[in-house]
This record gives sequence, structure tokens and C-alpha cells, in this order.
Amino acid sequence: MSDDIYREIILDHYRNPRNKGKVENADVTVHDSNPLCGDEIDIHLKVDEGVISDVKFEGKGCAISQASASMLTELVMGKDLKIVKDLKKEDMLENIGLTNLGPARIKCALLSLKVLKVSMVKYYSENDPQSAEQIRSESSLY
Amino acid sequence: MQRSIVNSYELRNDFPIFRKKINGKELVYLDNASTTQKPYTVIDSITDFYSNYNSNIHRAVYQLAEEATNMYEQSRGKIANFINVRPEEIIFTRNTTESINLIAHSWARTNLKKDDVIVITEIEHHSNIVPWQILCQERGTRLEYVGIDGNGFLDLEYMIELISSRKVKMVSLSHMSNVLGTIVPIERIIKIAHEHDIPVLVDGAQSVPHMPINVKNMDCDFLVFSAHKMLGPTGVGILYAKKEYLDKMPPFMGGGDMIKEVFKFHTNYNDVPYKFEAGTPNIADVVGFSAAIEYLERIGMENIRKHEIYLTEYALESMSSLDYITVYGPRDTKYRGGVISFNIADIHPHDLATIMNDHGIAIRSGHHCAQVLMERLDVPATSRASFYIYNTKEEIDKFVNAIKEAGRIFKI
Repeated sequence: MSDDIYREIILDHYRNPRNKGKVENADVTVHDSNPLCGDEIDIHLKVDEGVISDVKFEGKGCAISQASASMLTELVMGKDLKIVKDLKKEDMLENIGLTNLGPARIKCALLSLKVLKVSMVKYYSENDPQSAEQIRSESSLY
Repeated sequence: MQRSIVNSYELRNDFPIFRKKINGKELVYLDNASTTQKPYTVIDSITDFYSNYNSNIHRAVYQLAEEATNMYEQSRGKIANFINVRPEEIIFTRNTTESINLIAHSWARTNLKKDDVIVITEIEHHSNIVPWQILCQERGTRLEYVGIDGNGFLDLEYMIELISSRKVKMVSLSHMSNVLGTIVPIERIIKIAHEHDIPVLVDGAQSVPHMPINVKNMDCDFLVFSAHKMLGPTGVGILYAKKEYLDKMPPFMGGGDMIKEVFKFHTNYNDVPYKFEAGTPNIADVVGFSAAIEYLERIGMENIRKHEIYLTEYALESMSSLDYITVYGPRDTKYRGGVISFNIADIHPHDLATIMNDHGIAIRSGHHCAQVLMERLDVPATSRASFYIYNTKEEIDKFVNAIKEAGRIFKI
């Protein structure tokens, strides 16, 4: 029920989002929206020597979409791209503590992960088409 | 406060869906601007048609086909009578959207030319925007919007100014906003448009189900609405057009039933209204719509309007006690139907709708197919509650309590 969804931490990330804004000299920027809700997310990604050296998001929408984007950036900041590449949606939902959403709202929670994955596909497609293809084929998000 | 003579508590027994529990709670259905629930009489009439009369219409000479044809045409007659027009002026479509597309495709495409102006308003549903955009791209016609003021009222002065300019060749507008509930002064606008020989299409999707409509008094040239927003089945839309227009309009789609004689390289089309009903129509649901009209007529459209004024006033009053709610649209129920769009502090409408669902309450959240209006209101989305005959005062109490609960969860 809603008390389990809108916990303190979700409201905190919704109202005080981490890593919100643009990244100077980002390697990739990807935008996507959820046509059902109108949630919007942009992800700016900077990669140095295979590590996510900076990631920021911009967006507007419901508490679930915006808080999960904020938490996702914290989760992947400074991580090796090879590890982030394998991040499953179940792991993401587990990590942000939103495992009890219905089919309509789960799209809100996963929008930022979808945009991040597309960002990585875009990044890899230039210098590592094999990894790009791997992310594309393993992801059931798009 | 005006009282209601509609006994919504008793009426609810006529609707099987209200036996269903949502999260263990009774269903509080407040998304009637989107679609309405169906009474047994409508559901039964569809079952009855398929069980006892099913056959194709307008063709075969056997008894079953004659019965089915009669039922289909009697339904046309009932709908015509409901809005006070002639049966041959009623065309069956799939929905309001298709009805508008039919006019854009058939009448407007053949009568409007480059630089002619079509006037619409900022409160329109996407279905009364996109067909005209498509036409503009194809024919070089232009769209002009009439805006709204801070209370959701149309800028009538600008409307009159536009209509008086010689470029305007058509006005197409909602009788009632699906977001703000604004009821526009439709008869006045039509009168002014006619003084300049401009035809008017009225989108009655939100008004026809909720108030008495007399087309003879309104004098619109085209009126469109949907069965499913007035207790009827999905898949049935209505296009009313004055016969003088229908006679001159080319067909929308070609095929069976819309023809008199087909030769190898040309066809003589059928008479109005059949000219516009190509292919086997949605016979059973048209018959079902007839049962919906009977149900509404038993209650009386004047009483339905009064009941919704009563509920809307009660809801607006209850909501006004919470200072973190922003309500959009006119405050005076004389100019407002039973639709309330609102926002609560920084709670996104989708989050509110999720919390409402915990309480068995169905409200709508989003842009309501009116993104032009959302831009005008400068909000990404709103929450919307919309009422009908089966809604009660107690349901509005539950709705307002759920708003308070959302305020608690979001620590407002």
C-alpha cells in the first residue's frame, strides 16, 4: 500500500534530488519520457577509463520516477561500466526499495534505468559495439 | 445548496460493477468524464440482441434480419429524439473522435482551401485538435486558438473578433471542458458564427451525457458525442449533422451499405445517413445504446444536471477547506459541469491516484488528452474527479478524506 511506497527516503529523494542537473562535457545525453504519465528523464553520463566519473539527471514527474532517478545516480556514480552494464531491473527495484509496485507504476520506477541503459548503448556503440549489442539484447526494457 | 432528487443510492443497485471490491473497499468511481459504468439494462440488451436477434442489417429478407434492422434503426430514432433532430441526421461512428475526423475528412477537406481559418479553443481535447492539424498540413488551412482567462472562461471578445474576420470558415469547440468543466456559452457563439455564415461543430462528448440538449434550440451544424460516456457501450459514436450538409458531403469511407449501385469504375452512393456508414456497423452496441438512452430518460436529463450540480458544489466546498489544494476552472456551478481538476501541493497526480486506489477510489491523473490546456495552465498534469448519477455525497467524503490521507503520507 501507499505507506510502503512513499517512505521517508523516497520523499527525501523526490524533494531533495541528488545529482540533479547537467554534466559538463558529458559523453552521452539521453532523453526519454513515459507517455502514460508524462514523466520525463534526461541522463548525462561521463565515462573515464571505463568508470562512470559523473552522472546527473534532469526531469519532471511523479515522486516514484524522480526519486528513483536520484537514487539510481547515487547507485552507479563511480562504478565500473562493466558492472553497471549488468544491472538488472529487479536489482534496481530492490536497491531503491520499490518491489511492491503495480504494472502501471513500475514503469515510473524504471524510467531512469531505461534511460541509463540507452545512454550506455549509445556510449558503447562508438567504441564497443559488442557490449552495446549485449545491453540491448539483455534488456527487456526497450 | 441545491438538493438532488436523484436517488443515487438506489440507482447503484442497477450497476453490477458496484458489487466489486477494490483493495477490500467499495468502488468509488470518479472517472466518469473518461467513461461511465453500465447498468444491467444495457448489458442485458446486448446479450438479448446476440441471443435472440443476431443477424446482419439492411440486406437479408428473412425475419431475423428484419428484426435486427428494426432494432438498429429504432435506436437511431431514439437518439435523434433524445437531442431533437431527424433520424436521417444521425450517423453512427466508433466514437466522438471518429465523428470529428469524418467532418474534417469529408466536409472540411472539400470546402476549405488554403489560408482559410478554422477556430478552435485552448480547452479542446486532442480529438478536436489533431484532425484539424492534419487538414492544415494537407490543405494549407490555418488553425487559430481562442484562449481562456484565469477562471477557465473562454475569451469571447477574441472569439467574436476572429469570427468577424473574413478568413474564418469553421468553428469547432467543446461544449464542456473535460478538464475544467467549463460550460461555454454555445448558443451565443453559434448565433454569432451564423451571422457570418460560419458552420459550428460542437464537441458534446462531455455535455450530452450530463444535461438536456436540444439541437433545434442550439442550432449547431454538427454535434458529436459518444455512447460510452452516457451509460452505453464502447464502440458507438454519434455524428449529428444538418441534412443540408450531409446531402452535399462526399462519403468518408467506401464499401458495403454506403452504396446504391456499384459499376466497374464508378458507384452511386446510398442516401443519407447510410452513405456515411460503410461496412457492417456495431449493431449490438447501437442497440445497447438505446437501452442507455431509455435509462437516462427515465431519470431525466434535468435531474441529472441538478444531481451533478449538487455533488460538485459539495465537493468544491469540502475541498476549499484544505488550503493545499489548487482547483482549476469556474467556481460557479452554473457555468461548470461535474468535473473537478486539481493539484495538491507538490504531490504529483499519479502519486495521488495511487494513494486514492488504496481506498478503492478511481480518479484520473495526467494530461487528460488536453496538453494544449495543460501548457496554458502551466502544469504538467492534474488530478481529476468527475461525477455521474450513481455518485453520492458519502463518496465525496471518502474522496476528500483520501486527499487528507495523501497529505499525511506526503507530510504536507
